Amino acid sequence: MELRHLISIGDFDRHEIDKLLDHARQLDQGTYDKNALYGKILATLFFEPSTRTRMSFESAMARLGGTSLSVGSVEACSIAKGETLADTIRVVSGYADAIVIRHPKEGAARLAAEFSTVPVINAGDGAGQHPSQTLLDLYTIQQSMPLDKIDVALIGDLRYGRTAHSLASALSLYHARLHTISPKGLELPATLAAELSDKGMQIVEHDDLEGVISEVDVLYVTRIQRERFPDSASYFNVTSSYRITPELLCGARNHLIILHPLPRVDEIDPRVDKLPYARYFEQSRNGVPVRMAMLMRVMQ
Amino acid sequence: MKKNETNENEGLLVRRIKNGTVIDHIDGGEALNVVKILGITGTTQEALSIATNVPSRNMGCKDIVKLTNRELSKEEVDRIALISPRATINIIRNFKVCEKKGVEIPTLIEGIVRCPNPGCISNTNEPIRSKFNVLPKGLHCYYCDWVISKDLTSHII
Repeated sequence: MELRHLISIGDFDRHEIDKLLDHARQLDQGTYDKNALYGKILATLFFEPSTRTRMSFESAMARLGGTSLSVGSVEACSIAKGETLADTIRVVSGYADAIVIRHPKEGAARLAAEFSTVPVINAGDGAGQHPSQTLLDLYTIQQSMPLDKIDVALIGDLRYGRTAHSLASALSLYHARLHTISPKGLELPATLAAELSDKGMQIVEHDDLEGVISEVDVLYVTRIQRERFPDSASYFNVTSSYRITPELLCGARNHLIILHPLPRVDEIDPRVDKLPYARYFEQSRNGVPVRMAMLMRVMQ
Repeated sequence: MKKNETNENEGLLVRRIKNGTVIDHIDGGEALNVVKILGITGTTQEALSIATNVPSRNMGCKDIVKLTNRELSKEEVDRIALISPRATINIIRNFKVCEKKGVEIPTLIEGIVRCPNPGCISNTNEPIRSKFNVLPKGLHCYYCDWVISKDLTSHII
């Protein structure tokens, strides 16, 4: 039987996404077999830091009766001795029933899928793909509104932000209109923008946040990384212009929701947390039912 | 007189080979890239002749590559289609053209082109060859989704 890897959101069609989100909803309501993955082992290979993704995969596995294995830090495993990822994957395939991988190189998860004898789930590869994040983003949006034909603003680092890339690709399946607001040099890659336009997606570029707040249903905020800027002064200058504050949200639509893949630094004023628009902590929690559905899909 | 001149040129440029492969109708100036894409390096044992910018009635000018004592497979020659889709392949046995065929653009190419994305896993020491799907918009990296849409020859390994 062919292994069911989950590498890129582009591997899913709309029907498959809808089916997985429906399943996640059922799991979220608590009506599921608590031993659905009893006796199964998940290996979590994280070659980059992670809090939410790793813990929510492990939590999802535990809730389904399975167990998780981890190598700890990169320094503690054989990669530090010069072992190739291909060899690591071959070895770990023998210890587990599925592998979740995060790696700094783009395409690492696809390489892992080539060498693995068990299903591989991509938990982020460089600036590439992060399909489980996208699915939980869609799930969170769907808790508030149907996914069809909504206006979504992507804010922040759209050049290197893999969550923004994956989400934009998925939203193109739902005929969303995309609004982009990003600092100069961190715009959506031209190749991705062209690909989305080819799929019929309308993309509107904005210069400032004020102009977009009243036009959208979802604000998807991403972190702007300090290392992208030559000095602290230019970093703070840019981040202050992309900060979501209660004052900025005065003209927002009533049903607006604000999402953020987290961790946030300065992008969202903590005062926004108490407003009804803020959904980023729910979004983070939604990682568990969505990843439960993903684990069941690959291991059952 | 004119005819003699042509014959003289043909004698110099399109000299017959006994056995091997003649790649004709290569886009003018692309012969060296064709040789590169075929993986023929300076260490090759076969006699190799290259003619560039030869006048052609249909193409204006064309390049020709002749390789003695080696018959190229379909997989090898189809790679040429990426840079010279009008090329034709003649398999020569005992001075006669035994097979004549065009080239078809392959759907997947492996190990010929390097991914320009420095962050791509295919540019590391992993035991893999680069892999690209050939799409209308360009070459799509199987690993990192990068698309090469122009200047393909500068990425040939």
